Amino acid sequence: MKKDQTPVPDLTRIRPYGDTLDDGRIQLSFTLPVPSDDRAVEAAKEVLHLLGLKEPLIAWYEAIDHGFTHFICYGSLDKSVDYTALVVHEADVTRMTLPETDQFIREHFGRPIRVIGASTGTDAHTVGIDAIMNMKGYAGRFGLERYDMIETRNLGSQVENEDFIREAIHFNADVMLVSQTVTQKDVHIHNITELVELLEAESLRDRFLLLIGGPRVSHELAKELGCDAGFGPGKFADDVASFMVSELFKRMELRRG
Amino acid sequence: MAFLRLDEKKIKKAKTLAFEIAEQVTEHLENDTTVTVERAVCRLFGIDGVDEHGVPLPNVVVEHLHTSGVLSRGASYWLAQGALSTGLSPNKLAEAVAQGDIDLLSLETNDPFACQLWSKEHGKEALLKLRERRNEREILIERYGERPSPLLYAIVATGNIFEDIVQAKAAARQGADVIAVIRTTGQSLLDYVPYGATTEGFGGTTATQENFRLMREALDETGQEVGRYIRLCNYCSGLSMPEIAVMGAMERLDVMLNDALYGILFRDINMRRTLVDQRFSRMINGASGIIINTGEDNYLTTSDAFCEAHTVLASQMINEQFARFAGMREEQMGLGHAFEMDPAMENSFVYELAQAQMARQIFPNAPLKYMPPTKHITGNIFKAQVQDTLFNVATVLSDQRFLLLGMMTEAIHTPHMADRYQAIDNALYVRRAMRDLGGEIEFREGGLMEQRADRVLTDALTLLETIRRDGLFQSLEKGLFADIKRRPEGGKGLAGVIRKDERYDNPFTKLFMEEQAKIKGGMRG
Repeated sequence: MKKDQTPVPDLTRIRPYGDTLDDGRIQLSFTLPVPSDDRAVEAAKEVLHLLGLKEPLIAWYEAIDHGFTHFICYGSLDKSVDYTALVVHEADVTRMTLPETDQFIREHFGRPIRVIGASTGTDAHTVGIDAIMNMKGYAGRFGLERYDMIETRNLGSQVENEDFIREAIHFNADVMLVSQTVTQKDVHIHNITELVELLEAESLRDRFLLLIGGPRVSHELAKELGCDAGFGPGKFADDVASFMVSELFKRMELRRG
Repeated sequence: MAFLRLDEKKIKKAKTLAFEIAEQVTEHLENDTTVTVERAVCRLFGIDGVDEHGVPLPNVVVEHLHTSGVLSRGASYWLAQGALSTGLSPNKLAEAVAQGDIDLLSLETNDPFACQLWSKEHGKEALLKLRERRNEREILIERYGERPSPLLYAIVATGNIFEDIVQAKAAARQGADVIAVIRTTGQSLLDYVPYGATTEGFGGTTATQENFRLMREALDETGQEVGRYIRLCNYCSGLSMPEIAVMGAMERLDVMLNDALYGILFRDINMRRTLVDQRFSRMINGASGIIINTGEDNYLTTSDAFCEAHTVLASQMINEQFARFAGMREEQMGLGHAFEMDPAMENSFVYELAQAQMARQIFPNAPLKYMPPTKHITGNIFKAQVQDTLFNVATVLSDQRFLLLGMMTEAIHTPHMADRYQAIDNALYVRRAMRDLGGEIEFREGGLMEQRADRVLTDALTLLETIRRDGLFQSLEKGLFADIKRRPEGGKGLAGVIRKDERYDNPFTKLFMEEQAKIKGGMRG
């Protein structure tokens, strides 16, 4: 029998893949604030060099304004990553379908789970919170409003943290859901930090499951900021629903001892 | 031009319903004014600047009148009393009010008729200034020649007006025809307009008159360099809508986002407040030759673009009628729509093109604003560039007036200079390569596209019938637009709505309506 010649990556030292295992090829593009000429090209190569990329190739460059040049480049990385040694922070949960989640709630809680959501602070974008909460959901994944066993309240955008907490108490929420779309100058970090501090000051932090989401949010960041979970790009309502019911159940079990 | 056979009777009926809906609301709100309408009046009379605490002088004056319970006569009346009694200019009066040196109420010593004369006379002076800016624009456009459709509309949003200027000039040189300065997040809920040049904003740059002036100056300079008139756009929306209209008119902005319903739905601003504010704003925009852009595209960022297409059309029709009630001509009504269908859907492009073409034909004189995909842009910049190209094709084929440039980095960051460059290059390529293709196309009679257009039109008609029956306020309460429900007494800014006294005076309503009639008649004034 012929030996299988398919190249197999060594998972303790993986590299970017172009068209050959371990070629390390990386594509990148950037702008330099200088006129477009040979000197600019040298400067771009130097940027690649500083990034530790070998065999720099400036595939294309052009002046995009007076004194600004844009580059599309390739380079090779000769360092590698030990894939097996990585520690990954992800909201730890098995995803359930909508009927499964409803069934889970019926079985273990016997009452609907109440979720209140808002895009807080000065953030005027409702895209994120709507994608998770609205009946229609996003990308064919139904939102929380569609679940029989989840009661929701979507406060929309530009909700002050104080108002959000007041409404959460009033609604007797189990879960607080915060969406943060605008992240310029880390405004989302200040905003979430303030929310967590307010909850802690009122001794309310343990009363709610606090989940955050947004394009620049990760689970790791959420934990760092004192939230229970974070949902970034590629996460949908069913991910959020599965996590929150499992986590609420876990906590209920813990309390029972 | 490409052409779809549409049922003219349905269009006419729908527009009549929209007219009746707008008429009902306009009559209902005829006797209301708002704090920001009155502040806009102050600004028109030349009140500008801030007091020692940084409070804008128009707020100082209007607050003074409002808390004294006399704003129902109109700021104009009190300024006239003050000016006639003291001989001071409105701005000097405002400064004196701010310092506590003058109580306007104590100066009510003049005959109301004399006050009206003063208002009218000084109102005319203000109008002349706006007319001057309008004429300037027309002269510049004549000098450089009008730009072909679609106008390429680019956004800058660095938060710092001086960085914005670098970005805007680059975009103009790259080929953009319109520069929109995105506002800092949250400004729509400020019941005042910040003052001076600003360098700190989130997701955008504060709209101030000084920022307007700086950007106008920069774009005129670049316009001269490239031999094109570069239009400037900002946001005439939120709780200070009419004041921003005044500032824009004074600094020769060319395009203003201004929607009758947007603030109600997406910013939870009280509906009476918004509808009164939008009316006066549109009179100002109209008289200043400014094109408004409405925000129907936003519905599709929350609702499904295929299922809810008719809500866009119904809203366009309502927006059109509100604009008409404010005296605006069709050539200034940049009604909005968007290319937001799920790329996973079969024939999505066919339906998008059908709807874009339909909108073009239903509003033949309106400079439509077509928005690029945003909802289904995922962060995959390569796919996004393709989505944006398809959008550009639909825009050129259906001859839209404003092409809002789609960014491949949508949902990642506010556009980098290079993102804008790639977007403009893409749009220029499509505009050049497909210049006359629209005129070569005839759509199949009774085919997929005509069926789609008819479906949307029919559904819009049904929706307008419901709104006509229930009234606009009740319809908003039921959540007919963007699945968002709003109560007539809810939302922000209701405390700033005031019932007018029967002796209320605001000279600008009449002046601006007359000016718009003149523009319609083709007079330069």
